[in-house]
Amino acid sequence: MASSDIPSPRARGEGQGEGQIPPTQTSAENRTAKFMLRYVLKRLVFAIPTLFAVSIIAFIIIQLPPGDYLTTLMADWASQGGAVEAGTVAAMRERYGLDQALYFQYYKWMWGILTQGDFGISFELGKPVTELIWNRLGFSLLLSVLTLCFVWAIAIPIGILSAVRQYSISDYFATFLAFFFLAVPDLLMALSAMYIMSTWFGQSVGGLFSPDYVDADWSFGKLIDFAGHVWLPVVVIGLGSLAALVRIMRANLLDELSKPYVTTARAKGMSEFELLIRYPVRLALNPLISTLGWILPAVISGEIIVSVVMSLPTTGPLLLRALLAQDMYLAGSLILLISVLTIIGTLISDILLALTDPRIRFQ
Amino acid sequence: MSNILSPLGDTILKVENLKTYFPTRTGIFRAVDGVSFELKRGKTLCVVGESGSGKSVTARSILQIVDSPGRIEEGSIELTRADGSVTDLAKLDPRGKDIRSVRGKEIAMIFQEPMSSLSPVHRIGTQIGEALRIHFGTPKKEQRERVLELLRQVEIPRPETAIDRYTFEFSGGMRQRVMIAMALACNPQVLIADEPTTALDVTTQAEILDLIKKLQQSHGMAVLFITHDMGVVAEIADEVLVMYRGKVMERGPVEQIFHGPQDDYTRRLIGSVVKLEKKAEVRLARPEIPAAMPPLLDVKNLSLTFASGLKAVDDVSLVVRPGETLGIVGESGSGKTTMGRCLLRIYDPQAGAMSYRRPDGSTVDLRTADKSVLKDVRREVRMIFQDPVGSLSPRKTVGQIIAEPLKLAGMKGREVEDRVAELMRQVGLDPLWRERYPHSFSGGQRQRVGIARAIAVKPRLIIADEATSALDVSLRSQMLDLMMSLQDQLGLSYVFISHDMSVIRYICDRVAVMYRGKIVETGETDQVVHNPQHDYTRALLSAIPHPDPRDRRIHKRFRYDPTSTLPSTVSANG
Amino acid sequence: MTDITSLPPDTGPSLDLRNKDIAVAGQWRLFWLKFKKHKIALVSLVVIVFMYLVAAFADFIAPFDPNATNARFTYAPPQGLSLFHDGSFQPNVKQLKMTLNKESMRREFQPDLAKPLKVGFFVKAAQPYDLLGFIPMQTKLFGLTDPQIGDSLYIFGADRLGRDIFSRVVHGAKISLSIGLVGVFMSLILGVTIGGISGFFGGWLDLGIQRGIELLRSIPTIPLWMGLAAAIPVGWPPLRTYFVITLIVSLIGWTSLAREVRGKFLSLRSEDFVIAARLDGMSEIGIIFNHLVPSFMSHIIATLTLAIPSMILAETALSFLGIGLQPPIISWGVLLQEAQNIRAVAQAPWLLFTPAAAIVISVLSLNFLGDGLRDAADPYESVS
Repeated sequence: MASSDIPSPRARGEGQGEGQIPPTQTSAENRTAKFMLRYVLKRLVFAIPTLFAVSIIAFIIIQLPPGDYLTTLMADWASQGGAVEAGTVAAMRERYGLDQALYFQYYKWMWGILTQGDFGISFELGKPVTELIWNRLGFSLLLSVLTLCFVWAIAIPIGILSAVRQYSISDYFATFLAFFFLAVPDLLMALSAMYIMSTWFGQSVGGLFSPDYVDADWSFGKLIDFAGHVWLPVVVIGLGSLAALVRIMRANLLDELSKPYVTTARAKGMSEFELLIRYPVRLALNPLISTLGWILPAVISGEIIVSVVMSLPTTGPLLLRALLAQDMYLAGSLILLISVLTIIGTLISDILLALTDPRIRFQ
Repeated sequence: MSNILSPLGDTILKVENLKTYFPTRTGIFRAVDGVSFELKRGKTLCVVGESGSGKSVTARSILQIVDSPGRIEEGSIELTRADGSVTDLAKLDPRGKDIRSVRGKEIAMIFQEPMSSLSPVHRIGTQIGEALRIHFGTPKKEQRERVLELLRQVEIPRPETAIDRYTFEFSGGMRQRVMIAMALACNPQVLIADEPTTALDVTTQAEILDLIKKLQQSHGMAVLFITHDMGVVAEIADEVLVMYRGKVMERGPVEQIFHGPQDDYTRRLIGSVVKLEKKAEVRLARPEIPAAMPPLLDVKNLSLTFASGLKAVDDVSLVVRPGETLGIVGESGSGKTTMGRCLLRIYDPQAGAMSYRRPDGSTVDLRTADKSVLKDVRREVRMIFQDPVGSLSPRKTVGQIIAEPLKLAGMKGREVEDRVAELMRQVGLDPLWRERYPHSFSGGQRQRVGIARAIAVKPRLIIADEATSALDVSLRSQMLDLMMSLQDQLGLSYVFISHDMSVIRYICDRVAVMYRGKIVETGETDQVVHNPQHDYTRALLSAIPHPDPRDRRIHKRFRYDPTSTLPSTVSANG
Repeated sequence: MTDITSLPPDTGPSLDLRNKDIAVAGQWRLFWLKFKKHKIALVSLVVIVFMYLVAAFADFIAPFDPNATNARFTYAPPQGLSLFHDGSFQPNVKQLKMTLNKESMRREFQPDLAKPLKVGFFVKAAQPYDLLGFIPMQTKLFGLTDPQIGDSLYIFGADRLGRDIFSRVVHGAKISLSIGLVGVFMSLILGVTIGGISGFFGGWLDLGIQRGIELLRSIPTIPLWMGLAAAIPVGWPPLRTYFVITLIVSLIGWTSLAREVRGKFLSLRSEDFVIAARLDGMSEIGIIFNHLVPSFMSHIIATLTLAIPSMILAETALSFLGIGLQPPIISWGVLLQEAQNIRAVAQAPWLLFTPAAAIVISVLSLNFLGDGLRDAADPYESVS
């Protein structure tokens, strides 16, 4: 049914410039590539101030606690009855630059990172931070990526099914499960999973490898062992985000299903299934890609907690330990790197979005 | 293949007693209730009706693409296929193979909103070529060739580049051409056009109507054209079906509908359209406003450039005399709304002057006026908005809405109540309704509330921005008559902004024509309508469909090309 | 000339008017009518109100002092509560019989079916207390009518020190649920102020605020919270720790609210009815309070409701990790600390599942409630 006689001016096309197309001679592919390049560069430039701000936040966080690691250390020693010579403390302070102005400490820290990849020293463990974190960061990244793959692979089909069969039993079931898993925090999920595995299946859960493989080189056997261990944390971390994505996919698709272009495609004689996949699903995926920007931080947050509970060799337990011990360079570097990873992830999602949505690419 | 009559007779689609119902929570809504018609090869059948008449659902029922939960309850839709066999489309499974082989191949359809009816993320070439792939399995390369040919047929410039573009890179008219190309891909026998020009400007509309006519003749298609615009009907129809609330009121040749309507509703519908074809009778009887009177508002060289660089208002000068109605006519994007809003300083124009004469005879320049002066002037210069939904706060009762300007002007208590009641009576609303919220009012009634708000404090000049555009044609003249009677009672002046020339002609004493931010022509309404001086005005006027099938004009219209100095007249295509 | 005035009536009003009241129904009435249709949200509303009441009257409802230890009943299992005895209504629990398992060297408890302990309502408590902090009382909602040495009432079991889990969860609700409310209140102030400034003034200020919000949201919350929470000195008094944790938790919550408020401000500012009010001579402040605030109030309520669960979860996570609230404060997160050791959980699963159930039920209900509120937030949606 026609609504009002005259649509609002917004709905009308740009009446002016009727028939005008930007006079470009390049082929369609060239044009796309050009716009893409410009878009990516723009995003990269935008990311720089964000990275800078994140580094400052990380630095502020590690400076927040009153006192510093040496104070903690001295308190420890004092409580154990030992006394520390004032000279030793002063020497250590100087060595770590702890008596310098804050901005200078920040500058020194950042300079080291940017020029030599030197993140400073872990006071507690007495080792350079770089030695401690890369391995764990790698596992964190791997776990996050696996979780994302799991979440997307499951959420999209369920979301589609739920939307296409709106108000069916399966839709209600999916909706209820989604709400339920949204309400169960990661740590409860991890604890419950461990409880179930240990009491019902008699398996101890923890770590990413069996003891035999922890220090072994990568081999097929190790890979199998890894797969046997990694699925549980992946599911535990992913369920919350999975539930959120199912809801979003469902809502997006319901939105798209009522758009006029669906009717157009139907009027063309397209089969219902082809139509669904080609048009509304394709368009509903676009906003889903942009959710990567917040799913990723959520997954990384979940990964940290779950790793602590399940004692996985990732950044989580290390970060907690560093924070509790006021091991500032270690904690700061971890927070910085985790945030940087997230920002890069968001950048990738922006680029993916531009690749799939010409409206963003050509804006 | 043009105009060859099939040996099987020329009826291609025969709809009998079609009933399409929408089950709702509270009962059954009969969107289409027993509609019958025949569609003949090479002919155009227009289905006309106001909003809610069921004309669109009728069109969609034919292809069984009615939005859920609507469904065909009864009736037959017999399509004579290319091989001479007859299929009843109403009996086919809406998701089945059989109906799909008809959609797009034998019966194609175009829609009202070409932007939302096309996918924004697929190239137009892909979307056009798809029908070929679905119905004929045409390989990619051939598809592209055929799409290029189609784009040429619908006169899209530079088809080779256009084919790889996206819809948002085209203007409204071009998008509708893309839709048409898509519909033509499989050489359908029937084209269903569902309000295809409603979202377009009048000059663009004329071009699309031209195109459809031309393609109909070259392809020999039957066209089922859904519209609410009697002018368009008169211009293109062979036969007309008038619908009202799901039922057919009258059916017959276009000549009969316009010049010898049998049905009461049809007569009134035609009557309300014809009424708007000339100046209002009350205005013809009124003595002329002396040109020598000092102007109420004198706008000189007004300019406004938006931050985007768009020159929305470009060196505009105009004069509003006391007691007159000045029309401002232009197409979308001409800057007329922006200009109207500048007059009230909703936008701040960067250059020029707007000198307004206060009741005490002094003048102020509104462009540079300070806040307190503006506050006073805004009680004298008021505004009526286009959108009857958006311009009333849904959270206030109608009484509160009308009382707002009164209270802000310092009126209190009992006095406000009485004045609100008086105002409601004045605009034809029952004062007992004051406790109701806008959601319980119809579009026309809401617009009356908007008018009551505008005249609440003693106004002298009212800026009416597309005040009747959102209303059905039958309500339009009622609203205009109300505005004129208020003008006479209260001694108002109007600046009446509209894209609709018939409305302007009906109510305005003088008219200014805007085009791309500039005023290209100003003059007495009669003079501008009958003897336009500027080429753009001529083009605009000649593109307006005329509600008289005996006087079809738009095919002989005048086209304005701002880039060339030589005007060119386009001859009709047969 | 045909008679125009006799033309068919105007196309009908946009809302269903069979119910005559709707014509004069204001925003909140329409809101309620629409919300009422969302049955799960309605049930959730009842659950939430009930839970907050439980939290408010925790002292009355919990039968025991949550910190009272009893070495005899270490890891005592839930005794349950039977309502009938010998076919008549007589609430009771079964006496726990303790035996020492010689093999595992663990104490095991067996319910002694022969010995029901009478449970009565409105019994006298061992210690007087102040209800809501100011009403002196010594009556508890329920308890053993005739407690003897060796009798116990652990309807949800006991922990390592023999403390009553039920009483601890009820008392934990005070902290956990109120952190949600207080945090949301802080978010409200931050979000509405900053979002309002952003949307109202626009320009570079808006740009700066928006970039800042984007930045905050791009940092994973848990590491950020962990860093901030770890900075709280161990020696701080519980109340101060509580407020700082709440502040930390609301640090992220306000951003979504600020965005919502800004978006509404921007879209409403260009609405015709707001322009009309300005032309009527209404001041900017008048417009904000007469038109803008009423328009987005319902949206704010929905967003706030949806923000509470994330705050409850955040507190839980931080306390669980040992960097949030610390004993002797009792919150659901603190209770979960006890469940950190998987061996303890295997032996006494009620340590995990009782607080977990409390968390899941409250978060689930708040989510359903928020969902229903959001759906009803714009009762005029169907109009346009």
